[in-house]
Amino acid sequence: MIFEDEPVPGYPLPILPGHSSPGRFERVLRAGEFAVTSELAPPDSADPEDVYRRARIFDGYVDAINATDGSGANCHMSSLAVCALLTRVGYAPVMQISCRDKNRIAIQGDILGGAAMGVCNLLCLTGDGVQAGDHPQALPVFDLDSLTLLGTARTLRDEHHFLSGRKITYAPRVLLGAAENPFAKPVEWRAQRLAKKVAAGAQFVQTQFCYDVPLLTTFMGHVEQLGLLDKVFILIGVGPLRSAKAAEWIRTHVPGVHIPDAVVRRLAGAADQALEGRKVCIELIQEIRTLKGVHGVHLMAYRQEETVAEIIERSGVLSGRVPWYPGRDPQTNATRMAS
Amino acid sequence: MYAIRQWSVRHARGLNAFYKVFESALVALHPLWKGLGYQRLERPVAAVERRVKGLLFDCRMCGQCVLSATGMSCPMNCPKNLRNGPCGGVRANGQCEVRPEMRCVWVEAVAGSARIPGGRDALAAVQPAVDRRLQGKSSWLRVARERAESGVAVGGAGGAS
Repeated sequence: MIFEDEPVPGYPLPILPGHSSPGRFERVLRAGEFAVTSELAPPDSADPEDVYRRARIFDGYVDAINATDGSGANCHMSSLAVCALLTRVGYAPVMQISCRDKNRIAIQGDILGGAAMGVCNLLCLTGDGVQAGDHPQALPVFDLDSLTLLGTARTLRDEHHFLSGRKITYAPRVLLGAAENPFAKPVEWRAQRLAKKVAAGAQFVQTQFCYDVPLLTTFMGHVEQLGLLDKVFILIGVGPLRSAKAAEWIRTHVPGVHIPDAVVRRLAGAADQALEGRKVCIELIQEIRTLKGVHGVHLMAYRQEETVAEIIERSGVLSGRVPWYPGRDPQTNATRMAS
Repeated sequence: MYAIRQWSVRHARGLNAFYKVFESALVALHPLWKGLGYQRLERPVAAVERRVKGLLFDCRMCGQCVLSATGMSCPMNCPKNLRNGPCGGVRANGQCEVRPEMRCVWVEAVAGSARIPGGRDALAAVQPAVDRRLQGKSSWLRVARERAESGVAVGGAGGAS
């Protein structure tokens, strides 16, 4: 899809009526396309090229790139900086904000700063506990939780003031997102939790890894009963498993990831386990796509990001659509920059 | 104490009913508290509240109690201080991600809230960000004063025992 008002990279799109942001990602969602997002693991480096190299892998296959914020409580380049680099060349990042490392003063500053740098999408997260990462001796902040963080961002955007009441002169134009884990306890209350997040301001949601479609279907049923289907864009988290051993490790060590035994057995029985892992992922995407109320997938392929293009290509979910990337429309860009 | 905390969640219904009566009494006695001076009462009442709620709920004295809205499971015992529901890291056996030896306070809260009439609705209410200035202050006195002076319910589910 090429928008006729597609701007020069780094410039915002005009904000359409009913839209919250000048972002490409919101355009894709509201146009009713099946959206694809992926996750960029920020480098342990101060070299911007490390960020661009990691982003280019997704070129032509994703509508937005999530920049994680100290995921797993490990230290990396900040999500704000990664987003600032990405927006410079026109990518549409989703800036993840975790409540673990910053209090409400720092977080509000980052939201304004991110928006000023062209960030159009925020993902409001609680964050992993510090015990999970490489600095377990650090102070866990958790001044806000993911819901009050959503409320805070919405206050900045819609009411044009800080939590203190002090006015801001130009509000951040951002689409607000949240995470949900339909597969963690208390399972029966997860849709209700999503309803709370929507009430607090969430416009899109990206879920934890899904390897259990029946459980997801039940969750989506609850979501529909709560009347949320037309209130929030739901992107389901998916990812390729490298091997049965990796799957076993993930489900025992990564809190909140639920992988049914059948999936592990299927991988164990395959001649090429990595290939089988990608096949499982593709089949999951195709199955998930048919569920009512699902607007896309969030493909997380940590340390195997090169598989994203192949998985999306073979799943066929883009239906021939080529998401924007720098250099997709060289002709258009040249004409516009000249004019 | 952990075992007593779990007992409290199992008896959420009774504790909530008791607190409602207790709170009405606190509000009714507002003229007395006012006469004695809320300022002067703050320290002794907070000390009693700390003892009682510490024993029953492992209360952390956040000063803005939401126990009635969380099935009598204190959310400040969540290592992430979550006041609006569980994080995504709850283990398959319902234990806490950060402290595996402890049951997730929100798994408990969801169970406890089902025992309180209207508990599920209270659980669905979005709780505001914590005001850290109230740490260590008496929630009882604050609720008594605010309800008596405004004549309306404080913060939806408001305070609890």
